[in-house]
Amino acid sequence: MFNTTVAWITLRATLSRRRALLFALPAVILILLTVALKASHPPMQLWPSHVLGTFGFSVLIPLTALIIGTSVLGAEIDDGSIIHLLATPVSRSAVVMTKFVVATGLTVVFAAVPELIAALISGGGSVPGPGDAGLVPIGAGTFAVALFTGALACSVIYNAVFVMVSTATTRAIAVGLLYVLVWEVLLSNFVSGVKLLSVSHYGLGIANGLASDPALEAGLGVLTSVVMGAIVTVVALALAMNLLSSFTLKGEPA
Amino acid sequence: MTTIELRNVSRWYGNVVAVNDVTMSIEPGVTGLLGPNGAGKSTIMHMIAGFLPPSRGELTIGPGSSWRNPAVYRQVGLVPERDSVYAFLTGEQFVVSTAKLHELPDPAAAAARAIALLDMAEAANRKIATYSKGMRQRIKVAAALVHDPEVLLLDEPFNGMDPRQRLHMMDLLDKLGSEGRTILFSSHILEEVERLSGTIQVVVAGRLAASGDFRAIRRLMTSRPHVFTVRSSDDRLLASILIGGTTAGRSAVTAVELTRAGLQVRTSDYGAFCRDIAVLARDHGIRLREVLPADESLESVFAYLVAN
Repeated sequence: MFNTTVAWITLRATLSRRRALLFALPAVILILLTVALKASHPPMQLWPSHVLGTFGFSVLIPLTALIIGTSVLGAEIDDGSIIHLLATPVSRSAVVMTKFVVATGLTVVFAAVPELIAALISGGGSVPGPGDAGLVPIGAGTFAVALFTGALACSVIYNAVFVMVSTATTRAIAVGLLYVLVWEVLLSNFVSGVKLLSVSHYGLGIANGLASDPALEAGLGVLTSVVMGAIVTVVALALAMNLLSSFTLKGEPA
Repeated sequence: MTTIELRNVSRWYGNVVAVNDVTMSIEPGVTGLLGPNGAGKSTIMHMIAGFLPPSRGELTIGPGSSWRNPAVYRQVGLVPERDSVYAFLTGEQFVVSTAKLHELPDPAAAAARAIALLDMAEAANRKIATYSKGMRQRIKVAAALVHDPEVLLLDEPFNGMDPRQRLHMMDLLDKLGSEGRTILFSSHILEEVERLSGTIQVVVAGRLAASGDFRAIRRLMTSRPHVFTVRSSDDRLLASILIGGTTAGRSAVTAVELTRAGLQVRTSDYGAFCRDIAVLARDHGIRLREVLPADESLESVFAYLVAN
């Protein structure tokens, strides 16, 4: 199911495009922001959970996954070069799985690892203690591992979804942006049921399960997040494989 | 030896019919798929190559169908029309990676053989982004041939090639065809097909207009009536000479019509008429102002074929 030649071509293609520069931009912003806040704030503040939870899971990870996930297959479908992969005996399932693995790997490098680095720089989160206890610290290690695990889960699920979207439409970026900005950011604040189909909330749910922090509260438990995330990933990949198996080239009508 | 069979194949997009009830059999050797732009050649190519399902009918390459069947590419090589290749790879990397995708035992050796076959060895280490259109076309053919396929499908393969590259490609396809491979190429240029293939399939407006030996079809094409618009210093005199003189038989003039715009002359021999009218005009002191073929587009040639 994994083809090293397809992976090598995909990696070369993705990193050689100009939009590859965009991958690193949100990560750089997150790390710089963390460094600036760390320098300007005393220890034991709530900002690490807000910045790394809200900005990280609502902006950094989804946008990085969107750019990468729609590039690995969508860009080749758009410019027609995908035909050189598809006119070989390599199964379409292997093409989808390989593209998905490469996209997930790149998203981990450009989003999950920066999230981990930023969490370590921040020195860990803090949560309000019971009664007048003030803020109770969450150790930097626990905090970073929780965020990194949530980010890993998001990287996997988002890429399955965005690879599928890029096989279904040539406007994958627009569709992905609508999903992230309208569904996840806007609607999930007003309609709680929306969170059940929100990838960023799965990630936050998993992170919150490892380091209990109200700022990472996703409205979803760990179990729900893991089960829903697994279902969405499997369904999205199965759909992508089926769509790519029926990939068509349009001829000119007479 | 692999044969491509299309039986009553149609393909439509909504209400638009792109290919209409086409039945053809493409045997080993070189076959040209000829037709004007928009005739449905690419649609037929895409269906044969497994990138479009027929809306109706049956299509097979050898024993099986090509739709949703990647295994068919072990015996099929495809050169798509669209000029999109992995421009960030060198020519050699592109062909070697194609060989690896075909799981060949020695990808480097297979790629070197295919690259040499296309006379691309010198440029193989350059990035494809630096290639001319003709070179990109050749490297695509090298990639399509790397696994030594029994069937080679080429969609407008001569686009962008200079005359020398065309001749080289034609010789290569000729050689591959004579080795018993099934080579199908599409073209809208009559001369390319004439030079290369003994068998042609002519497609017009989604229908199979003619099929079979090229020379027979070519004769049908050349013997069709041609229409010229002629303006001269004395159209009436010229008309009487053309229709009544001895040259009328030689030039195969079948009808002359005097109109406000000049003479409309019908002839079945394009070349003889062009030569004779100049001689006639000079001999009778008539000054020719305009001799214009009225409709020599390929579409009109094909339309004539369909009508006959």
